[in-house]
Amino acid sequence: MGMIKKVFHSPKFRLGFIIFAALLLFVFLYPLFDSGDPLEMIAVQSYLKPGTYVSQYDVAGSDGITLDVVASDKKLASHLPEADRNKMKTYLVDFVGLDANQVDTNNIPKLIEQWMDNYNPNNKAGLLVSAQRDYRNINKEVLAALDAGDIIIAINDPETGELIQNKTIHDQQYVQVSSVANRQVFPLGGDNFGRNVLRELVEATKTSLMIGLIAGIVATAIGLTLGLIAGYVGGTTDNIITFITNLFTVIPSFVILILISYSVGQEARGVLLVACIIGFTAWPWTCRSVRSQVISLRNRDHVNLMKLSGHGLLHILTTGILPYIASYVVMALILQIAQGILSEAQLSMLGLGAATSKTATLGLMMNWATLFSAVVNGSWWAYFPVVIVIALMSFSMNLMNTGLDQVFNPQLRD
Amino acid sequence: MKGYKKYFRKRIVWYLITLVIAVILNFMLPRLMPGDPVAAITANSAAGLTDRTAAQQIYDEYAEAFGLDKPVYQQFFIWVGKLFTGDLGVSFINYPRTVSDMIGSAVWWTIGLQLPAILTGWIIGNLLGALAAYKGKFIDKGLMPASMFISGFPAFGLATILIFIFVVKLKVAPAGGGYSFDLLPSFSWRFISSVFVHYQLPFWSIVLTLIGGQAIGMRSMSIYELNADYVKYSRFLGVEDRKIVGYVFHNAMLPQVTGLALSMGTMIGGALVAEIVFSYPGLGYTLVRAITGQDYPVISGCTLIITVMVLIANLALEIIYGFIDPRVKAAQVE
Repeated sequence: MGMIKKVFHSPKFRLGFIIFAALLLFVFLYPLFDSGDPLEMIAVQSYLKPGTYVSQYDVAGSDGITLDVVASDKKLASHLPEADRNKMKTYLVDFVGLDANQVDTNNIPKLIEQWMDNYNPNNKAGLLVSAQRDYRNINKEVLAALDAGDIIIAINDPETGELIQNKTIHDQQYVQVSSVANRQVFPLGGDNFGRNVLRELVEATKTSLMIGLIAGIVATAIGLTLGLIAGYVGGTTDNIITFITNLFTVIPSFVILILISYSVGQEARGVLLVACIIGFTAWPWTCRSVRSQVISLRNRDHVNLMKLSGHGLLHILTTGILPYIASYVVMALILQIAQGILSEAQLSMLGLGAATSKTATLGLMMNWATLFSAVVNGSWWAYFPVVIVIALMSFSMNLMNTGLDQVFNPQLRD
Repeated sequence: MKGYKKYFRKRIVWYLITLVIAVILNFMLPRLMPGDPVAAITANSAAGLTDRTAAQQIYDEYAEAFGLDKPVYQQFFIWVGKLFTGDLGVSFINYPRTVSDMIGSAVWWTIGLQLPAILTGWIIGNLLGALAAYKGKFIDKGLMPASMFISGFPAFGLATILIFIFVVKLKVAPAGGGYSFDLLPSFSWRFISSVFVHYQLPFWSIVLTLIGGQAIGMRSMSIYELNADYVKYSRFLGVEDRKIVGYVFHNAMLPQVTGLALSMGTMIGGALVAEIVFSYPGLGYTLVRAITGQDYPVISGCTLIITVMVLIANLALEIIYGFIDPRVKAAQVE
C-alpha cells in the first residue's frame, strides 16, 4: 500500500493516470448512453459533417411554432457564402462602376439592394462565358433568398393522382429539435462508410487498448523470461540469448512484423493474432534491460544464500530476483503497451492490420481516412480524433512511466 | 588507429552475420505459410491481371526462379545468387518492371527524406534537452511536457495534422507527391524547387516527432551528468563554466548515440508510414502499394532493402561512437 501511495505522490504519474483513467472511463461508459452498433453503416453519403441530423419528413409534418424574428438576414447569409459575395462585389465594382468603398460584402441587405439595382443578365460586355454563368447562378441564389413566399406541403391523392395542399410553412415557423421523432446525432460526424465516427472511435479505442495490452503482455513475458534466464544463468545460455537479442535489436522489428503479417494472410489476421504477432516481435529491448538488471542482482547476499540452501532455479528467480525488478517490469510493460498500440496503427496504415470488416481499430480508422482521402478533402473529424486518442494514450502511459521511474530511481529526481 | 582497426573489424563481422540472418529470415518467413508458396503468392495477383499470357509467364518465371522442385536449401541458394546480381525478381503489378528498378528509384527518395530529417530531429532534440537540463526552470517546465505530448504523436498522425493546417486550411503547401505531377525529373530549377516545396511537410512531420523523445532522453542524461562528482570537482577547481558544459554535453551525448542506434529501426519504420500519408515516392509508398496489390516480390525487396538501410545506419553509428567514446579505444588497446 505504501508503495502505491508513494507512486501517486509523483505529479507526473498522477497526471498520466488521470488522463488514462479518463479515457478508459469514457470508453466503457459511452456505450451505456449510446448503444448503437458501432460498425453500422448509417449514412449513404461519406464524411457527414458533425452535428445533429433531424428527419426532414418529420419536420415537415410537425406543427410549427411562430417566433417573431426576422429570418431573412441569416437566410441570405447562408444562401450567399463569402465567396459569392466577393464575386458580387467584383461585378459591381468592375462592370457596373461602383466605388469599391461603397460596396460592403458584410452588409448583406445593402449589397443585395445594390445588386438588384445594377445586375443585368444581358450585359455581357467583357465577361467570359464561365463568369456569365457564375453571375447568373448568384442572381438565382439572391432571388431565392429574397423570395419569402411560403412553402406548401402537398400530399399526393392516391386515387386521382392530384396534389392536395396540406399545409403551408412560413419563414418564421420553428420546430423544437427534441420534438422531432427521428434524430441522429453524429457528434464527430460520419466516416467514409457512413458510420458514426464517435461510436466507432470508442469501439476502436477499446480494441486498440486490448491489442496493446495483449502485445505488451506477450512481449514482456518473452522478454522477462529470456532476460531472467540470460542474466542469472550466464555462460553459454547467456551468450546465445544475448546474440539473438542483439540480432533482433538491429534487424528492425517493423520488417519482421510486415513479413509475418503478410505471410499469415488477410483472412487469418484477426485482432488476437495481430496482437500476438506484435508482441512476438517487440520483446528484445525488454529482454536486454531485464538481463542487465538481473546481472546486477545475481551476486547479492540473499541470492547467494538461497543458492547455498539448495533452492531450485525457478524458486530463486521468482522469489529472489523477480520482486526486486518488479517495478522495472511494470514500467517496461507500460511502454510495451504504448508501443503495441502504435505498432498496430502503423501496421494497419500499411494495409496489414486485422481483417477489416469485423472490427474497428485506431489504425484501421486512420487507414480508411487516408485511403478515402479524408485528409486531403478536409474531413478532419474522420482522423483528427483518432490521432488525438493515440497521442493521449501514449502521452499518458509515458507520463506514468516517467513518474514511476522517478519514484524508483531516486537519482533521476529533480 | 591500431585499436580502432580491431574494433571496426569486429563490428563489421558482426553486422555481416546479422545481414546473413536477416536475409535468411526474409527468405524463410513467407515460406513458412502452409501450402504452395508460389501458387499462393501468384494466385492473388495473377487473378487481377487481364492478360492471361502475362499471368502464366509470371507463374512460370517464379516457379523457375524459386526452383520449386528442389529442396529448400537449394531454393535459398538460387535466391541468394540472384540477390548478388541485383535480381530481385519482377513486379506482379507493374509487370514487366523489375523490382530492383522500382526500389532503386524509391530508395533515394527515402534516404533523401529520412537521413536529414532524423539527423535534424536528433540534433534539435538533444540541444533542447541539454538546454532544459542546464537552464532549468522555465524551459524545463514548459518545454518538457510539450515535447512529451508531441512525441506521443505517431509520425503519420502529425503528418495528417500538418496536411490539414498547411494544405487544407492555409493552402501554402502541396498535398502530396515528391514533386509537382506536371513535371518530369530533370536538373531544372523548376523541378528542384518543386521537390523542395514537396519536401517540407514530410520532413517536418518526421523531425517534430523525433525532437520530443530525444529532448527528454538528453535532459535526464544531462541532469545525471550535472550531478556527477567530476562536475562538482571541476567547479571546485574553478574550471570555466563553458568548459564544464562541454564535458557534460559530450558525456551525456554518448548514451544518446547508442539510443539513436537502438531506435533506428523504429524511427525508420515510423517515418516510412508517414511517407504514405504524403504519397511520397519513397519506399513506404512503394511498400503500401505492393501490399494492397499483393505484389509479393516488391514487398520482399522492400523489407530487404529497409533492413540493409537500418543495418548500415547502425554500423555507421557504431563507427562514429567508436571515435567519440575514448573508452572504446582504450578497451581495444589492452
